[in-house]
Amino acid sequence: MNRAQLCQARRVCSAVLLIAAIALAGAVHAQAAANDPPHVPDTLKQRIASCTACHGERGEGTPDSGFFPRLAGKPAGYLARQLKDFQDGLRKYGPMEYTTRYLTPAYMREIAEYFAAQEVPYARSPMPRIAADALKRGEELATKGDPSRQIPPCAACHGTQLTGVQPDVPGLVGLPYDYLSSQLGSWRTRTRATVAPDCMAEIANRLSVDDISAVSAWLAGRELPADMHAQPAGSITPPLHCGVLSAEARP
Amino acid sequence: MKIFRIGFAVVVLAGLGVAGWLFLRGGQPSVPRSASQVDAAALKDPALIAKGAYLTLVGDCASCHTGQGGARFAGGRVVGTPFGDIPAPNLTPDRETGLGEWSFEAFRQALHDGVDRNGQFLYPAFPYTSYTKVSREDALAIFAYLQSLAPVHQAAKQPGLGFPYNVRNTLKAWRALYFREGEYVADDTKSPEWNRGAYLVQGLGHCNECHVERDAFGGMRSDQSLSGGQIPVQNWYAPDLSTQANGGLAGWSAQDIVDLLKTGQSAKGTAFGPMAEVVSRSTQHMNEADLKAVATYLQSLPARPRVSYQPSPLDTKPILDQGAKVYAERCADCHGRQGEGVAGVYPPLRGNSSVNEPTGINAIRVVLLGGFAPATQGNPRPYSMPPFAQQLNDSDVAAVVTYIRQSWGNDAPLVQERDVIKYRHTPID
Repeated sequence: MNRAQLCQARRVCSAVLLIAAIALAGAVHAQAAANDPPHVPDTLKQRIASCTACHGERGEGTPDSGFFPRLAGKPAGYLARQLKDFQDGLRKYGPMEYTTRYLTPAYMREIAEYFAAQEVPYARSPMPRIAADALKRGEELATKGDPSRQIPPCAACHGTQLTGVQPDVPGLVGLPYDYLSSQLGSWRTRTRATVAPDCMAEIANRLSVDDISAVSAWLAGRELPADMHAQPAGSITPPLHCGVLSAEARP
Repeated sequence: MKIFRIGFAVVVLAGLGVAGWLFLRGGQPSVPRSASQVDAAALKDPALIAKGAYLTLVGDCASCHTGQGGARFAGGRVVGTPFGDIPAPNLTPDRETGLGEWSFEAFRQALHDGVDRNGQFLYPAFPYTSYTKVSREDALAIFAYLQSLAPVHQAAKQPGLGFPYNVRNTLKAWRALYFREGEYVADDTKSPEWNRGAYLVQGLGHCNECHVERDAFGGMRSDQSLSGGQIPVQNWYAPDLSTQANGGLAGWSAQDIVDLLKTGQSAKGTAFGPMAEVVSRSTQHMNEADLKAVATYLQSLPARPRVSYQPSPLDTKPILDQGAKVYAERCADCHGRQGEGVAGVYPPLRGNSSVNEPTGINAIRVVLLGGFAPATQGNPRPYSMPPFAQQLNDSDVAAVVTYIRQSWGNDAPLVQERDVIKYRHTPID
């Protein structure tokens, strides 16, 4: 073996050793990773995996199907009230009643504030085929109401742009047709209720079935205003006395 | 001769009638409020009322005697049983619909004998089978507290029971089989702490009402107390509470028991389902001394016989492989690759009594429902588990539950898709 060959052999040996060492270290590292306890971030987002599994990490919901409602950007008082209503069985949906059952008001408030603070762009949802005069009726109900049947306009409570009012009134624009129409329906079937006097239950019962389709379609199809945030607190004078809007009913 | 025979028949019939009447008649009415031996002023003693308030928490009375979202103690919750629905009545001192006209003697008779003030037998959905052990002085404190509440006018609903269960006197037979009346008698060979624990667990705590198997008549096996059982209708499994060899809580220290009861979680497991309710409404409010006493008593429960399950005739390898894959994707990030959990955050699955209980109900339903540990003073912002009902099909749930029940030293029978289908549709109450 000449000097050059020796050098070559040494280099090969070193390389082999190095590769072996790296492989060994890798194996040790992998072993450690397999035995390391999982790292769990101490964040609210991590704590509320039960919520985000369906509603999305930022409360974006499932706009395609409308099945899991969007929570992002809805006023915190409104969201906290919904959690309490599920807990009290006023809103009926087994999985939500189960999930909220042993939460405290303070924790529900914190969860509500988390979703209220999320800024998520609004996605458009599938629209039903609906006649032009029905859409016109929907617009009329939303903006003017129907005084002959004591139906106030949506805008009277839900804000001039229908984007909601802080801290207790949710926006209506940007929500899917299926979601809006099913909520109005569930007020009629009493699977959705809230503290008395339950204004929305009264209004939903004054609407006809066609009215519900019409107003839901118009709301769901409406062009979104540039600012989707809820109006400031105190900027509306509700035409009805509503339990959810009184300070003592606030969860 | 003929007249003789008729006479004989009459005597026999009369005899049967008397025996039947004796057998089937109800209990004795209690004394009216006006004739009570307990001074009304004595019931106003603030210390007695405070003690009673605490004892109602230990007894978890408000859980059943409060409707969902309703006024506390005003009744309204319906307790489902295999025999029908039994609504819990109003315990506030309303004169028409509550305990406003009850004497202490009548209240004590209900708690101790399971007989209401008119002498009617009470359905044992009201756990007088346990409450009979409550001392007279504790019963007095509870009564004083209940009488101090603001009266709420709310009539109890009618029980939803079919024949023959709607005939209350048939309970006489049930009582003869399953009810032993009597206050707790201290065991002098044991420490005062042990005796306090036994008194709380067997009496007011009424732990055995869930944590033992019930037979077809809803009776509890008296020789196997706290050895675990399926809760009828609710369909959860209340595990064996022995901390000794082969016990459901094998390896639990006294501190683990105290932690779970106080905060809703311990290093060994987390309370969920009906136990989350018990922690939330009852045990988190118990004082440290009482919790320690409960732990001391539970730690003295005997070792259990080793149960060996029949190996499944199915080839389980494909199921376990499928389960391992689901576990790695969905579960390992929180519960760890070896089912070790994360201390104080996510419960271990290895050696977990609710994973290894005989039926598999708990693991199946927790996978489907997810949910939060109960929010308590000791754990006010609990972590939670995602519900997988929408994300995993029946086959995946059965596979992953089977995998966790048969990994890392866990050794419980497999569960099948048909079990998952059944519990997917169990109402959450």
